[in-house]
Amino acid sequence: MATHKSLRASQFTTHEWGYPMKRIVSVIALAVMFGATSASAQTLKTVKDRGILNCGSNGSLAGFGLPDAQGKWAGLDVDLCRAVAAAVFGDDKKVKFVPLSAKDRFTALQSGEVDVLARNTTWTSSRDTQLGLNFIGVNYYDGQGFMVRKALKVNSALELGEASVCVQQGTTTELNLADYFRANKMKLKTVTFATANEAVKAYDSGRCDAYTTDASGLYAERLRLANAADHIVLPEIISKEPLGPAVRHGDDQWFDVVKWSLYAMLNAEELGITSANVADMAKSDNPDIKRLLGSEGNYGEQLGLSKDWAVNIIKLVGNYGESFDRNVGSGSPLKIDRGLNKLWSKGGLQYAPPVR
Amino acid sequence: MSIDLRAGSPPARVPFYNDPKVRSIAYQVALCAVIVFLVYGAARNAIDNLERAHIASGFGFWNQTAGFDISQSMISYSNLSTYGRAFWVGLCNTLLVAVIGIFFATIIGFIVGIARLSKNWLVNKAATGYVETIRNIPLLLQLLFWYNAVLKALPDFRDSVNIPGGAFLNNRGLFLPEPLPQTGFNFVAMAFFAGVVVSIGYHIWARKRQEKTGQQAPVFLVSLGLIVGVPLIIFLALGLPLGFDFPRAGKFNMAGGIEILPEFAALLFGLSIYTAAFIAEVVRAGIRAVSHGQTEAAYSLGLRAQPTLRLIVVPQAMRVIIPPLTSQYLNLTKNSTLAVAIGYPDLVQIFTGTVLNQTGQAVEVVAITMAVYLTISLATSLLMNFYNSRIALVER
Repeated sequence: MATHKSLRASQFTTHEWGYPMKRIVSVIALAVMFGATSASAQTLKTVKDRGILNCGSNGSLAGFGLPDAQGKWAGLDVDLCRAVAAAVFGDDKKVKFVPLSAKDRFTALQSGEVDVLARNTTWTSSRDTQLGLNFIGVNYYDGQGFMVRKALKVNSALELGEASVCVQQGTTTELNLADYFRANKMKLKTVTFATANEAVKAYDSGRCDAYTTDASGLYAERLRLANAADHIVLPEIISKEPLGPAVRHGDDQWFDVVKWSLYAMLNAEELGITSANVADMAKSDNPDIKRLLGSEGNYGEQLGLSKDWAVNIIKLVGNYGESFDRNVGSGSPLKIDRGLNKLWSKGGLQYAPPVR
Repeated sequence: MSIDLRAGSPPARVPFYNDPKVRSIAYQVALCAVIVFLVYGAARNAIDNLERAHIASGFGFWNQTAGFDISQSMISYSNLSTYGRAFWVGLCNTLLVAVIGIFFATIIGFIVGIARLSKNWLVNKAATGYVETIRNIPLLLQLLFWYNAVLKALPDFRDSVNIPGGAFLNNRGLFLPEPLPQTGFNFVAMAFFAGVVVSIGYHIWARKRQEKTGQQAPVFLVSLGLIVGVPLIIFLALGLPLGFDFPRAGKFNMAGGIEILPEFAALLFGLSIYTAAFIAEVVRAGIRAVSHGQTEAAYSLGLRAQPTLRLIVVPQAMRVIIPPLTSQYLNLTKNSTLAVAIGYPDLVQIFTGTVLNQTGQAVEVVAITMAVYLTISLATSLLMNFYNSRIALVER
């Protein structure tokens, strides 16, 4: 009898309290979730306290963001995050890379899951204004192109009328594609996929006549196709795609830290400082070099970082030119020409404001 | 003690805060207040944070130009249409695959379910093998299998399989001739609908007569004649007033005709075959639930095996089958969101994929999508409950 009673009592508790309590807990969890972004106003402090930088990256694009067989991440965008970690912690390994699809990347940044979004993302006005992002600059000037099979005997994108084109959804690419075909009065059959992997796989299996993405991406993806030599990249570049890392709107200090991490790499290349000679360069008499490397002035402290922030970046990651060559340029399988990404002093567009 | 209470005329006054009724009401009011406050707080907090982060909010995006293309749409759509239009395209595509999927899943499910009860060893084991294999492999893997199997196995566009009758099959999809009604075809259509109406009337009349006199009427043959025969005669008499738009080979793709995308086919295959395995079990359970005594009673009344199944067993089994069948239909509809993995443009792929990403308005877009799936599911549920109450055991 006693057992029976206690059983009844416990059932009573579950029904009268357990269920609403669970509900309350989940509502609180929801509120906390929405509350998370408000805590991110001081990202630099949050990152320092956490001891690691969360970097939203492309997990499958050679040259920009791709983990190798050992799980070591490499790429131009990956280097940007490593540079930020080097500037903040003095250690470029204190980065956790979060692989994101084009579709999920902005939500991940907005919700505070990542501190920096460095995922070959095109800088556009609506992303700047509507999505609550701030682009810190451009670390790769790109443009959209098409890849087709050689066997099609197509020499220009203008011959692609009525073709099926595979594209990754949630990208500027998807919109440019529609615009380009409309502007040239050509019909188009798009097949959209959630990730670039799926889109490339579908193109490779013959579902589409062409695959379109940023030109750098075409060269990278071509290497992964079953028979790379059977495919060509068409000469047309149909859009401007300034790819840049982004941070959340409303935290100017963090915006400055990420922005100047990129500028430090660009300035280092312009001043001839490399990962190999950075120690010697510290003794240089050139005031520009002295200011960048922290032996003159307190520019690091002004950013909320240490004096040797730029030294750490250059020592651990290298200057922009080194990073470019290693990941996408002559030192990489992609062998992409510097082109627009040359320094301004060498006829390109890459230009960083001075440290002073 | 209890005798005392019953005898004592004024019952002992309990303070109101010790009254279990008052207490339980007070607890519930307090709980509701807390929940309302928390929900309000969460919503307020979300709105504040969105504003602080300069993320656009509201539903203004609905009428903005979408600017992207969609591979399959049942209503007219171009990249100049609005996000709102893209939403409707996605919803139609979701409903299309759900409705056709439910249709095929039900048919396959019933066949396999009955086959599992077959006394034929081979049929029985084949059905068991089907159910056990299919329902134990995750649906996502099955969809990827179908999509890649469909894509890899089919020939390139230039080596299309030519199906007699002007249809083509290649890795871009199945291309069928599109029927184009010409003048006079209206009469055929009218005859068809008239045939359907008259057949229903004849069926009701035949049943009433059977109840009164016990005489049976050839309902099936008469209906067939009315629905198929008469329109066919009119069709032939008018000199075949129907043209076809045959698919032709273009430079890159087939042009003209009706196009069935491989993404659609793979999703339909995957959903139907997967859900059918569950429906088969529901059907088997339903038939098993009808006691064998019913069959024996029917036999002893002189009914043959086929009418016994149709008139005695199935109507009783349906009462057991319908409620779990409803949840399988709901599952199929909700599982259609896995379309996102194989590039079929359903509501989730278009709306919470591209539209969400282009507008960045996650809260609004996800809320709308959730509301839509809730509505579809509740509507299905309502319909099935209505049907269930119609066929439920009437207690006298």
